[in-house]
Amino acid sequence: MLVSYNWLKNYVDLEDMTPEELAEKITKSGIEVESVEYFAEKSDHVVVGYVASCEQHPNADKLNLCQVDVGDETLQIICGAPNIAQGQKVAVAKPGAKLPGNMKIKRVKLRGVESNGMICSLQELGMDEKYIPTDIAEGIFVFPEDAPVGDSVVPLLNLDDAILELDILANRADAMSMLGVAYEVAAILDKEVQFPDESLPVSDESAEDYISVEVEAADLNPYYGAFVIKDVEIKSSPLWMRNYLMAAGVRPINNVVDITNYVLMEYGQPLHAFDYDRFSSDKIVVRRADPGETMITLDNQERKLNEERLVITNGKEATALAGVMGGANTEVNNETKNVLLEAAYFNGGSIRKTVKATGLRSESSTRFEKGVDPNRVKKAGMRASHLLQKYANGTVLSGVAEFDELDKSEKIIVVNTEDINKRLGTDIATKEVASILSRLQFPYTQNKDTFTIQVPTRRGDITIFEDMLEEVARIYGYDKLPFTLPEGSNQAGGLTERQLLKRKIKQLMQSIGLSETLTYSLTNGGDIKRLISPEIVEQHPTPVALAMPMSEEHKYLRLSILPEMLRTLSYNIARNQSNLAYYEMGSVFISDEKEITKQPKEQLRLSGALTGKWLEQPWQQEKKEVDFYLVKGMVEKLFHYLEIPVRFEQARVKDMHPGRTAIVNIGAQKVGFIGQLHPGLAKELDLKETYVFDLNLEAIYGAYENILSFQDIPKYPSVARDIAFILDKEVLAGEVKQVIEEVGAPLVKHVQIFDVYQGENVPEGKKSIAYSLLYQDPNKTLKDNEVEESYEKIVEAVNSKFNAYVRS
Amino acid sequence: MKEQLEAIQAEALEKVEQAKNPKELQEIRVTYLGKKGSLTKVLKGMGKLSKEERPVVGQIANVVRDAIAKALDDKSEMLEQIALEKQLESEAIDVTLPGRPVNVGGPHLLTSIVEEIEDLFIGMGYEVREGPEVETDYYNFEALNLPKNHPARDMQDTFYITNELLMRTHTSPVQARTMQEYKGEKPFKMICPGKVYRRDTDDATHSHQFTQIEGLYVDKNVRMSDLKGTLDKFAKKMFGEEREIRLRPSFFPFTEPSVEMDISCKVCQGAGCSVCKGTGWIEILGGGMVHPKVLSMAGYNPEVYSGFAFGMGPERIAMLKYGVNDIRGFYLNDKRFLKQYHKA
Repeated sequence: MLVSYNWLKNYVDLEDMTPEELAEKITKSGIEVESVEYFAEKSDHVVVGYVASCEQHPNADKLNLCQVDVGDETLQIICGAPNIAQGQKVAVAKPGAKLPGNMKIKRVKLRGVESNGMICSLQELGMDEKYIPTDIAEGIFVFPEDAPVGDSVVPLLNLDDAILELDILANRADAMSMLGVAYEVAAILDKEVQFPDESLPVSDESAEDYISVEVEAADLNPYYGAFVIKDVEIKSSPLWMRNYLMAAGVRPINNVVDITNYVLMEYGQPLHAFDYDRFSSDKIVVRRADPGETMITLDNQERKLNEERLVITNGKEATALAGVMGGANTEVNNETKNVLLEAAYFNGGSIRKTVKATGLRSESSTRFEKGVDPNRVKKAGMRASHLLQKYANGTVLSGVAEFDELDKSEKIIVVNTEDINKRLGTDIATKEVASILSRLQFPYTQNKDTFTIQVPTRRGDITIFEDMLEEVARIYGYDKLPFTLPEGSNQAGGLTERQLLKRKIKQLMQSIGLSETLTYSLTNGGDIKRLISPEIVEQHPTPVALAMPMSEEHKYLRLSILPEMLRTLSYNIARNQSNLAYYEMGSVFISDEKEITKQPKEQLRLSGALTGKWLEQPWQQEKKEVDFYLVKGMVEKLFHYLEIPVRFEQARVKDMHPGRTAIVNIGAQKVGFIGQLHPGLAKELDLKETYVFDLNLEAIYGAYENILSFQDIPKYPSVARDIAFILDKEVLAGEVKQVIEEVGAPLVKHVQIFDVYQGENVPEGKKSIAYSLLYQDPNKTLKDNEVEESYEKIVEAVNSKFNAYVRS
Repeated sequence: MKEQLEAIQAEALEKVEQAKNPKELQEIRVTYLGKKGSLTKVLKGMGKLSKEERPVVGQIANVVRDAIAKALDDKSEMLEQIALEKQLESEAIDVTLPGRPVNVGGPHLLTSIVEEIEDLFIGMGYEVREGPEVETDYYNFEALNLPKNHPARDMQDTFYITNELLMRTHTSPVQARTMQEYKGEKPFKMICPGKVYRRDTDDATHSHQFTQIEGLYVDKNVRMSDLKGTLDKFAKKMFGEEREIRLRPSFFPFTEPSVEMDISCKVCQGAGCSVCKGTGWIEILGGGMVHPKVLSMAGYNPEVYSGFAFGMGPERIAMLKYGVNDIRGFYLNDKRFLKQYHKA
């Protein structure tokens, strides 16, 4: 909402307050003033001049030589505007004047003839092109005949005005009018509101002689008032009105249209003027449109209607799309003689639907959508009639033809001082509450410290005690509220076990060299199918899609964090950041329904993606690329840290390198995978060798909680034994390790692989793997024969199971 | 014999003095103190001495042996010391060459901010609550006093999945769920951080996904001044003790009265500059007293209980605190961006 400071002064005494000071006060009391801008730059030495003569320039076809009376002198000025003519009153920038755009006016010679100033257009005086009436956009501005010659144009053209831009939130529809803002400002400043003149002379004829109103859809249109103004003279509206409209961001058209717009801005009540003669009926019928019915709106568009659209008709055809736009066939034009003026209350929900369906949002529809004041509808019609009589020389017929089922009653809210103070934490006196209610102009009756308040209908947002509490608090001043801390609840705050664990895992990830990323949860149709962990694939999840995505790029809820992380890698590599080691924690969205009806399961996962060099120290020629075992080491570190036993199982996973991928298991449960990204996919993404991991964090949490216990540090010494086996090349080191652990239990506490060898001294097709075993008994010192016995058993088991033998 | 011993001592000490390495010392040791050494030889001849002379010469011989042994030890230690020094000198390296890199990662800036805010409120007795990112229409809107067809709930701003399911547009549904869990009986303080989604086109100031932290306190006799005091504490801890706060009336369907909180501009100290658009104040968060309808829908009797709630955007806080000027930066994960805020 744009509020003209000068216009507002007509309703509230603003004293000497600057626009900035006023803006600050309004903002602090509840409606944010987003900006204060000056309407046009002030121009000095620009006065009203009378064009005494206007002849063609002797040496130029398109220039005119004018003698302009500026009061104390007559200036010879050369003017190129096409609309300049003798007898006009115009804006003259005298020599020495400074115009917007830092243009300085000097005495000059144009084609050999002296010119002592400039005759200005509104643009040249700094006004925004889009608000300038189209008929004068091409030339100089011409004042009305009564403009006093020699006077400064600044007040005449409202050039000293300031525009306050108010950010009106959904609850304050009342402030979408000059009167509403006036009430607000008056309450803030503790002033009176000056009301506009709505008076009308008595006429011989009455509106009802010319028109009757029938409403067939009272639910959507509980009030419809029709005023008739005869014999209007279509012309320009008065300069002050045009100035205010331009300041409010409305382009002036002609007096009838301008007056309806002016009252719209002044009262917040949309009005519509029909050409009575072109309406060609003495009956207004408001109804829902018929299916398939069409009408041509003011913008010359044919609109297809249906039962959801409310239309104003002349009993036969639609003449307006109620509250949204008038029809072309009944528009007021330069030939209009008699005006039929509509002041109505339309249901906001219905208007919203029409606006949405047609895309026709306007100053009017916005106000209907948010709700207009039931008690101001008719008054707005009277105010417009008053102005039409005054500025269009019309004859306003007595009365109004109306349909009225509108609830205009006021809400009653009872408050008392104690409740207010209890809820605000304040110590406001009853006297002050009374004073605040008076400033708001809310009528009330008082019984000791209890107030029974009649809430004016303009404040439709106030319906309960808490609403009134806010009114009192904001006028009292939020800045006067004390600073206190809660005195109740003494709960100990803190993180849950899982929240703590989450933080620990993040710290661990960081301490092993991974940086955290944060990517989007919404992904595209290609990536939704990529890099999904095998245990999720087994659930055959349905990708969850948005009904109305903003783009194809962000349409599906991810089933894996990895595709977006890989995008992050590509992004960095394209910017010469090639060594990357990232992790991310976030949810994936798993739905097992074919048609989504309930919330998908949100599973927290931990993913990682690494590429490039892991280690690089040039002067020592040390260089290490990221590889499978680095990533595996990281994942192992996580499980060691949490003391969760984990098993890696060679596997094929879609989008992954077929020979360098493992599924991660806790016991029999698959909890994710690690490995090298398939080189084909890597190439597609402009990535070099890239390794990833993806783990179900919730499964890890669960396993952690199951085994979370602590043991004494062993008191008895341990015994170490090494064994090297000669094995077939295809045998997996991990499987042998598993057999050693199983057979060696419970004395074998730890098995480590310390050598893998192929080549000299090892037969063709074989390999040697050396294991280091750590024996320990928590209860006593181990005896040699116990270790020996276990060792023999292990050798026997491995030999028979894997066709192996001990390397001597 | 005494003279003989003294001569041996003098000679041995002289040789020790001149010895240049451990090998020479070893030779000297053998020569004088060994089984066939000169001192041993002399001692072997002691049998020829008289009973009276024997203890006297024996004593002298011991003194001589000890003296030689000590000289040898001292010299040996000295030579070792010299050798060590020499070795250490030869081991000198260029300490100005760069060290071997150790990889350490860091948190995302938004994680740092969220955890900082979490810790701050945990210190004031708040618990941290989380909830689903795909929400029902009921928890995201209806339970928060935004019934269907409410003007403040524009379909265009929300990513719907079905008519009833949507990407949550704020973390407020976690508040509604928590209140329901506590069955309208238990007073509590909680904050809920998380990802939220809006149907926006990504640009410098909009992101279809962003982060939010909301807080809620429900108890008997909660006052609006408690909200003001709490937010003041938060602002001062987060942005600096010298910062002032200002509350302005605002509107949210789920709070009444509603507030918007500004903090004084750090750049101009409230005088007005381009950062604060000349107002001296910067908008940080919104909040208010929990709307009675929200309380009663969740089972709390608004006649008995009241509460305050607030919500803020960590991205905005990060932008203000660290001068990030494009919200998309948080989600591009440019290594240089991430790294620079690891210390945040």
